[in-house]
Amino acid sequence: MPRWTPGCAMADIAHDLAQAPKGRSLWATAWLRLRRNKAAMASLVVLVLYALLGIFGPLLWIHDYRSVYTNYVRAPASLTPYPRAEAIIPGAEAALARARLDVTSVEFDGGTVRVAVTSAREIDPRVTRYLDRSDFFSGARVADMAADGKSALLEADVARLLFVFGTDQNGRDLAARILISIRISMLIGALATSVALVIGVVYGATAGFLGGRIDNVMMRVVDVIYSLPFIFFVILLVVFFGRNIVLMFIAVGAVEWLDMARIVRGQTLSLRRREFVLAAEALGVRRRAIVRRHIIPNVLGPVIVFVTLLIPKVILLESFLSFLGLGVQEPLTSLGVLISEGARNMRAAPWMLIYPSIALTVLLFALNFLGDGLRDALDPKDR
Amino acid sequence: MRRTARLTMTALVALALGAAAHAEAATYYRGSSGDPETLDTHKTSTVVEAHILRDLLEGLVINDAKGGIAPGVATSWEVSDDGLTYMFHLRDDAKWSDDSPVTAGDFVYSLRRIMNPETGAKYANILYPIKNAEAINKGDMALDSLGVEAVDDQTLQITLEAPTPYFVELLTHQTSLPVHPPSVEKFGNAFVQPGNFVSNGPYKLVSFTPNDKLVMEKNPSFHDADSVAIDRIEYLPFEERATCLRRFEAGEVHSCQEVPREQLASIKTRLGDQLHVAPFLGTYYYAVNGAHAPFDDVRVRQALSMAVDREFLAEEIFSGSMLPAYSLVPPGVSNYVEDQPELAYAHDSMLDREDEAIRLLGEAGFGPDNPLKLEISYNTAEDHRNTATAIAEMWRPLGVEVTFNQRDLSAHYAMLRDDKSHQIARAGWIGDYADPQNFLFLNQSDNPGFNYGAYDNPEYDELMGKAAMETDLDKRAALLAQAEGLFLRDVPQIPLLYYSSTSLVSPKLKGWEDNVRNVHPTRFMSIDD
Amino acid sequence: MLSYALRRLLGAVPTIFVIITIAFFLMRVAPGGPFDQERTLEPQVMANLQAAFGLDLPLWQQYLRYLGNLATGDLGPSFVYRDFSVQQLLGAGLPISVQLGVSALVLALILGGTLGVIAALRQNSPVDYLVIAVATFGITVPNFVVAPVLSLVFGVWLSVLPAGGWQDFSLAHMALPVITLALPQVAVIARLIRGAMLEALRSDHVRTARAYGLPLTMVVGVHALRAASLPVLSYLGPAAAALLTGSVVVETIFGIPGIGRYFVQGALNRDYTLVMGTVVIVAVFVVIFNLLVDLLYAAVDPRVRYG
Repeated sequence: MPRWTPGCAMADIAHDLAQAPKGRSLWATAWLRLRRNKAAMASLVVLVLYALLGIFGPLLWIHDYRSVYTNYVRAPASLTPYPRAEAIIPGAEAALARARLDVTSVEFDGGTVRVAVTSAREIDPRVTRYLDRSDFFSGARVADMAADGKSALLEADVARLLFVFGTDQNGRDLAARILISIRISMLIGALATSVALVIGVVYGATAGFLGGRIDNVMMRVVDVIYSLPFIFFVILLVVFFGRNIVLMFIAVGAVEWLDMARIVRGQTLSLRRREFVLAAEALGVRRRAIVRRHIIPNVLGPVIVFVTLLIPKVILLESFLSFLGLGVQEPLTSLGVLISEGARNMRAAPWMLIYPSIALTVLLFALNFLGDGLRDALDPKDR
Repeated sequence: MRRTARLTMTALVALALGAAAHAEAATYYRGSSGDPETLDTHKTSTVVEAHILRDLLEGLVINDAKGGIAPGVATSWEVSDDGLTYMFHLRDDAKWSDDSPVTAGDFVYSLRRIMNPETGAKYANILYPIKNAEAINKGDMALDSLGVEAVDDQTLQITLEAPTPYFVELLTHQTSLPVHPPSVEKFGNAFVQPGNFVSNGPYKLVSFTPNDKLVMEKNPSFHDADSVAIDRIEYLPFEERATCLRRFEAGEVHSCQEVPREQLASIKTRLGDQLHVAPFLGTYYYAVNGAHAPFDDVRVRQALSMAVDREFLAEEIFSGSMLPAYSLVPPGVSNYVEDQPELAYAHDSMLDREDEAIRLLGEAGFGPDNPLKLEISYNTAEDHRNTATAIAEMWRPLGVEVTFNQRDLSAHYAMLRDDKSHQIARAGWIGDYADPQNFLFLNQSDNPGFNYGAYDNPEYDELMGKAAMETDLDKRAALLAQAEGLFLRDVPQIPLLYYSSTSLVSPKLKGWEDNVRNVHPTRFMSIDD
Repeated sequence: MLSYALRRLLGAVPTIFVIITIAFFLMRVAPGGPFDQERTLEPQVMANLQAAFGLDLPLWQQYLRYLGNLATGDLGPSFVYRDFSVQQLLGAGLPISVQLGVSALVLALILGGTLGVIAALRQNSPVDYLVIAVATFGITVPNFVVAPVLSLVFGVWLSVLPAGGWQDFSLAHMALPVITLALPQVAVIARLIRGAMLEALRSDHVRTARAYGLPLTMVVGVHALRAASLPVLSYLGPAAAALLTGSVVVETIFGIPGIGRYFVQGALNRDYTLVMGTVVIVAVFVVIFNLLVDLLYAAVDPRVRYG
């Protein structure tokens, strides 16, 4: 173990390894080592937390991600509940103006508003619905009605609504949107990346290992797919298979495995000339076994690093697919879509960009540190 | 060594910035909403091209600063009593930028060229009112049978198929602008390229690089060159409206043709009256495909229309940059009745409308036990998505369950035209001329290209036909209003909003007049530094 | 080596042919056409247009015609930018995209390489974490956020650089787009170098070199970095091809006349010839860069041989 690498974690791991019983599998050893890596473990906790948020958050959160609050379009993020005191009286006036009533006085105390109204015609008791319809009020009732029915006193409770991350351009709670988008984006990240990972590693290792003419043909196929116009590929998927979230993973996976295959193939090309591979070949080990036992474990390092790069790419690519009609559709949303909406609104409603970006950044940081930890833990030369 | 490099870099930066600052003195940096697809007046189809061509070329008649009709190459014109023959008298000092005179023959050449099927003119149909134009464009008649004739070099006679009260206004459209016959003959399709382009308008083309800029300079041969104050224009294309806004705020452009609507409120506070919002001749609507059940039921269509809170869409989704629409023909058209028809419930309260909508849907057989399920199709854009989301929410109290289908623009319109597999589909129409006919013809049953609602009402078609032959403007207006009344009764397309134009105009730019056509010829403006 | 390169280039001809063929038919199956726009055209007008562009012919004839023209170097007229041929459009934009792409690539290699080496040498130290954090940030924040923010801060608020636009040879106009393009690449390269360096530093020959007492800079410079450059090279092939062919986001937001936006615009407009032109360019770039990468592999790692 080279000692000149600074950092005591490595020394600890080496120490730990020295005492590890023999015959422990690759993954068991890796897990042991990973547990020593604080950054990686913290990341794991964050990821589990995200998974829980994605699964249960949308069910438990105070707002539904679909609910539209028409009175709160692009309301800034705030820890105190809406409506603001100064907005209540104009809010009541506006609501009743649409009922074509004249408001003579509005009183507001505690949690209740009292509005005195008059009208040239007889007042329809249904007018309370105008107050209820406003997101400011609930439980509107006619407290008193004059004998001629042309003036009345209305009462309503002020509805307290909390938008910790503000609301979006349609008046939906941003926190609820972020929770549902975490679910979608993690799903996309995990599934699409897995597709790309499996195809890419197997394809790349095969091409690199077999080499020669087969490698040449296999890599030319990669070139062909790489050069085809991706947009048409997506449009055609939509046309022939309709809009389907599973298709999206296939589309993304089918394109993103190309880089992975190239990287794995490059590594394999170099590995297959190494002594231990040549030795295994000389001993008559079957090729499939060599690929599985020698090649794949040795390319895991760069592959993991690349996966941590691929996940953000996939998550953001999804917003472009949504643009073409293949990604998630309203009212569902994803982090990529939220961020692109936020970028458009960044000057008028900065919270629409900031909070989804933070959500994505934290997720990706965790993935990266975990990826690095995994890479270190899986490094075959440290075994 | 390193210091030298840095110094050189600073010098280069300074040089670049200095060059820009120097050119600014007499140049109008004009933000435009994209590149022109062509500068050939006979292939043109976009609003961007209209602005650019208006500065390069002058037609028989022009739009003035306020979007009104003013004499251009023609100083005066007469119409025959039957409304079929127009006689235009051309000015004698009109010249091309190569100093050759502009003659009536040039206009004959140009109008024949646009009707020639080989030209592949996207907008040829706008000039179909000219006698034999349609037949020529179909290849059924010879080019010289077109109803356009040069009586002499200064007199042009145009004969029409039917009286067309908006014909003179049609001539302000960019398709009626002339081309320079010798250069078309010499260069073929390349006659529009810088160096080849000969223009007769206030400016001449200097250079054009897509996605970079289109530069023009004052044309000294123009008959009214003395009154043209701005020497040079750089048209800068902006696919992204927010990009123009930033460059406007950085002082790099003098005007933007469009503003990001989602930022409208904050722009208003930041930029105040540099933001111009003006009514515009256009309607944003949802087509309801009446070819399929249950949308063939007028009660279903009316219920859906009633329940849309157009004020919310206009104020909140479009931040006040659109107006609530209760009719297909927007306000501000000419040749129409005083009290334009509108939906019967335009002034009813939302709650009454909702109750009525629920009742109508119930009559049609839909209710809590049997919810109406439908799909809204729209072409991908932030505004359309927000609108669709908001409308789905407004229909929810009716028990309507909505799914969305967004496509890119080409796919969306190809579907509307060919498959017609939509149920509810977003569409919009910007008028080419300020006449109700230009909106109402969309729903004629023989107009499959636009009749997205699959409206097939012989009574409507008959009224439109009668109006087309009517020479008395008042009677014609009444016929058209009657037709719109039928449309509003049947709502094959649900009008939602009237468009507004949104522009940014620097205080340095003088002479910008807001108008319903949203035309702003540079020749009437000046830059004040 | 030379004969290998030549054989590869010859071998690229069928590859490009296959790409063109698949792309041609793939594109034509998509719904909509170049003349489908917000305003539907009259059937007659549409027929005239189709005839003017030869779209009324059977598809296989159009394909043969395209191949024939291509063989003479003619990419055809653009369907949407009707005053230009595809050669003119791509010819005007490509040098600008290449100029930006190369600058971004160089910047990314220098910055990313340095950061990656530093992080690897100080593994699990605060410096390492900082580098990873900065790198992660570079990947997390998408260019459609970075570009407007840079333009807003430096163009509008500080007014030190143009908010957008393009002038030939103007560094001021290049600065923000190049930074936007380079940022994610810096991040990727730093991370790839770091990972591969860690691996290389533990490999036998580096250990041996260390054991012989060679100075660290030399070990890193000669042995470790050479081994570490393999995955970076694999990544750089396609990444360089992508960078040099422009970026639609950067070009749209900064108003740069490159070719990046033709990829998206061309496809969305169904501008068939323009799309085919971009496909040809990408195919050529991909083939060339992959060949370069493979040749560099052999140069960097003697164990890789081509036969």
